[in-house]
Amino acid sequence: MKKSDIPQDKSSLETGKHKELCYAVDDKGEYTTAQSTGWKPKTIALNNAIQEINERIAKAKEKVLNNETSPIEYYMELHKMDIGILAGYVGLFKWQVKRHFKLKRFNKLSKKTLEKYANVFEISMNELKDINYGN
Amino acid sequence: MEINFTHHQTAHCENGVVSNLMKYNGFNVSEPMVFGIGSGLMFCYIPFLKVNHAPAISYRTMPGQIFKRFAKRVGIKIKKEKFKNPKEAEAVLDKNLKKNNPVGLQVGVYNLVYFPDEYRFHFNAHNLIVYGKQDENYLISDPVMETVTTLTSKELEKVRFAKGAFAPNGHMYYPVNFPKELKIKEAIIKGIKNTCKDMLAPMPIIGVKGIRYTAKLIRKWPKKKGIKVANHYLGQIVRMQEEIGTGGGGFRYIYAAFLQESSKILNNNKLAELSKEMTIIGDLWRDFALDASRIYKSRSAKDDAYNHVASQLETIADKEETFFKELRKAI
Repeated sequence: MKKSDIPQDKSSLETGKHKELCYAVDDKGEYTTAQSTGWKPKTIALNNAIQEINERIAKAKEKVLNNETSPIEYYMELHKMDIGILAGYVGLFKWQVKRHFKLKRFNKLSKKTLEKYANVFEISMNELKDINYGN
Repeated sequence: MEINFTHHQTAHCENGVVSNLMKYNGFNVSEPMVFGIGSGLMFCYIPFLKVNHAPAISYRTMPGQIFKRFAKRVGIKIKKEKFKNPKEAEAVLDKNLKKNNPVGLQVGVYNLVYFPDEYRFHFNAHNLIVYGKQDENYLISDPVMETVTTLTSKELEKVRFAKGAFAPNGHMYYPVNFPKELKIKEAIIKGIKNTCKDMLAPMPIIGVKGIRYTAKLIRKWPKKKGIKVANHYLGQIVRMQEEIGTGGGGFRYIYAAFLQESSKILNNNKLAELSKEMTIIGDLWRDFALDASRIYKSRSAKDDAYNHVASQLETIADKEETFFKELRKAI
């Protein structure tokens, strides 16, 4: 890539006033660095990935409202986590977290366990129990 | 307290931390040098690891390897510490700062407040330098950022003890012992040999073979996984290749810069030629990303388009195979 070809496309980097460093060759063929504001192919990829996450969140929300899963699954998606990551944060096994998605189990959880989840998601107990709480 | 530390922006965090710490200690080592000597270049398809619900693909070696190999090859010693207890992790960090010792930290990106929101995923192999503390704020030099920044104790604790794959566990590291002169020449040769070995490894998911394997999978994805998932996977490949940190073209341009610098140090013209060749290969990776983005942009691609980008990858694999065989002979 030539230095003059370093893309300066619009991207979400710009909103944070962030520019990343790229490597490219100058007119003499020497390697140099220059900043880039972004490149379309990856902006689209990033936007698609974010859209994907939003769809997952919406789906989880619907499931919670239909009483098909516990709010834990919704908050997990909201925080871009998967079961493995969430299990790490609350200090439980994956199968335990999976079980807490079941409403029957969730309703029987101890205050201590619920607090663990609430702390990880940085929400109140009320919010953990009711995803519409406060809205 | 504030250590007299100069921040230089780099493309990639691990190279950047090493290069900046070396510069602070009086050794002018560029980012490409760190990357090349540390044998950072790689291609790996990791079937058992999912990132953001898509298979993980890496254009670089495992986190931590670059610094480890670099240190060993140029002859410096590094001290590494991991912690179970966050309070202890903070105390040891403070002790080092009091001794005027800037340190590297491995952190998770998700809670890194100064990162643009869109980039905050659960990725735990990010690196930064702490070079001081003012009141309750730590002074942070994050090599991928343009300028220095700060984090509160609480914010720093959170990113040091992020959870999930590659959980940092407060991982802290810094060089402790330097030779009078770095063994740069020998280190370059060792670094190049190691990269050639990695890229030409007789393993199905690593190096040139890994690229071919990925191409094969791309051809199957639309039928096997459906268009939506196939596009999601394809997007993930492009993000791994081009997202903040690779310097463009999946680290291939940084590697070309390393070969150019090395050709001067070793007085080896062949390496300068190979640097040009690597730039061309980097351009091919960029073309692949561009064409792949056309697929996931329209969201309704034909099988043909997947076959086309898969063929592009196969061409790249052939080129890289020839390239690394020649590179092996050149040193």
